Amino acid sequence: MQSSEELPGWKDFKPGAVVTDAGSARSYKTGDWRSQRPTYDFEKCIKCGFCYLFCPEGCIHVNDDGFMEADLYHCKGCGICAHECPMHVVTMVED
Amino acid sequence: MPERTGMEVSIALSEAVKMCKTDVVSAYPITPQTHIVEHLAELVADDEMDAEFIPVESEHSALSACLGSSAVGARTFTATAGQGLELMHEVMYIASSMRLPIVMALCNRALSAPLSVWCDHGDAMSIRDTGWIQVFAENGQEVFDMTIQAFRIAEDADVLLPVVVNLDGFNLTHVVEPIILPDQEQVDRYLPEFHYPYPLHPDKPVSMGTYAPPHLYIEVKKAQDEALKNSKQIILKAWDEFRQIFGREYNPIELYCMDDADVAVMAMGSINETVSLAIDELREEGLKVGQLKLRLWRPFPHTELREVVKSLKTLIVIDRAISFGGPGGPVCSEVRSSLYEHEGMPHVIGFVTGLGGREVKTSDFKKMVRKGVEQAEKGLEEDYEIVGARE
Ligand code: SF4
Ligand code: SF4
Repeated sequence: MQSSEELPGWKDFKPGAVVTDAGSARSYKTGDWRSQRPTYDFEKCIKCGFCYLFCPEGCIHVNDDGFMEADLYHCKGCGICAHECPMHVVTMVED
Repeated sequence: MPERTGMEVSIALSEAVKMCKTDVVSAYPITPQTHIVEHLAELVADDEMDAEFIPVESEHSALSACLGSSAVGARTFTATAGQGLELMHEVMYIASSMRLPIVMALCNRALSAPLSVWCDHGDAMSIRDTGWIQVFAENGQEVFDMTIQAFRIAEDADVLLPVVVNLDGFNLTHVVEPIILPDQEQVDRYLPEFHYPYPLHPDKPVSMGTYAPPHLYIEVKKAQDEALKNSKQIILKAWDEFRQIFGREYNPIELYCMDDADVAVMAMGSINETVSLAIDELREEGLKVGQLKLRLWRPFPHTELREVVKSLKTLIVIDRAISFGGPGGPVCSEVRSSLYEHEGMPHVIGFVTGLGGREVKTSDFKKMVRKGVEQAEKGLEEDYEIVGARE
């Protein structure tokens, strides 16, 4: 969670707490819910994309080397990618 | 020139909704609100009203449809009663929290079981804490006027809150009363076009009713509470401008025979007319008794109440609803807690009566006044008494 200095006070909300920035859910750091994070042994990866499809957070992207990897700002550490990966590429470790 | 016309109050209310140039009506018919919905449906079908009428399969859907239409910036009206309001209940909170200025006519009806279609204020009390502005009308003219005022108050950029106009089922909805219908020009002058500041529009996307985790929720609720409390200033202003244009005066608490009163009766809604008759008769008998008609229920007019009761010895509060196992009728217990920490306030005596449409006569109110005065002198025997239930 952000420090309380950065958090909005009650006067900072628009009426009804309406959100006027499109796509603002992107800035919500679900990563701080995490107690475990995924690690990868990409040598075994067959790029099937199961992890990408099953990730409930939609936070898996293709990295510079062409492998699928979590964005840790949003990854909440559920471990679904590790469970679904047919090649056991993903291992969850304590964060 | 404004004309005085004999009209059923439900029809008058619908005409007010039409004169307010309402864009969307979504409602589900339920006794005793039916005449309002039927008449509005007719006005739309006959092209006398340029509005969308959304027929729905339930009250939950009716108010949900209102959320959507209000959110795009359309002037939106609904009406319900009793059980219908209960089915709207969860959506009530959403309308006020999302600050959508919907106007609702609530034709007060007792809640089941036993099944009743007749009037009391049990339904209104069930939505007390839903964050809507809530007003009570005493007669047909007030119903007409307060419907127009409701749009004006709700849509004010400094308010943006939904408003419930309470009118007693049957005692108001189904009676024919003389109503002064204003000119359209007067209504247009009083009620500017509705411009919602953050409407749903594809060119400028907004998200409403989003998720608030624990580190945001309480701030949003505090902002909502402040908005409801601050709305009182705008309500007073809207009533003042109403008086200037239409010549009729509205106050949070209306006073009758209060100048030298040391006892007063407070009530809400149409029974106030009967209470006035009782006051007249008691005055003839030499009792210094007055009447306080509570019009503004939310936001509760604390300062106005303390001001008008400070010279009283006894304040008798009439409730048309029960708070089962609680401290008394909802109005009485709020009045008590509003006065409790303040010096020199009167004794507050509570009576619950007129439930499920039971008639309360002038003579009944006179008995309550006498009993209330006696109790205030002797000390309370119980927190409240239910009047009219046979032994
Ligand atoms: S742990 Fe869960 S949230 Fe994180 S990348 Fe894997 S599936 Fe997505
Ligand atoms: S599920 Fe496993 S094998 Fe498939 S792309 Fe993801 S990491 Fe690679």
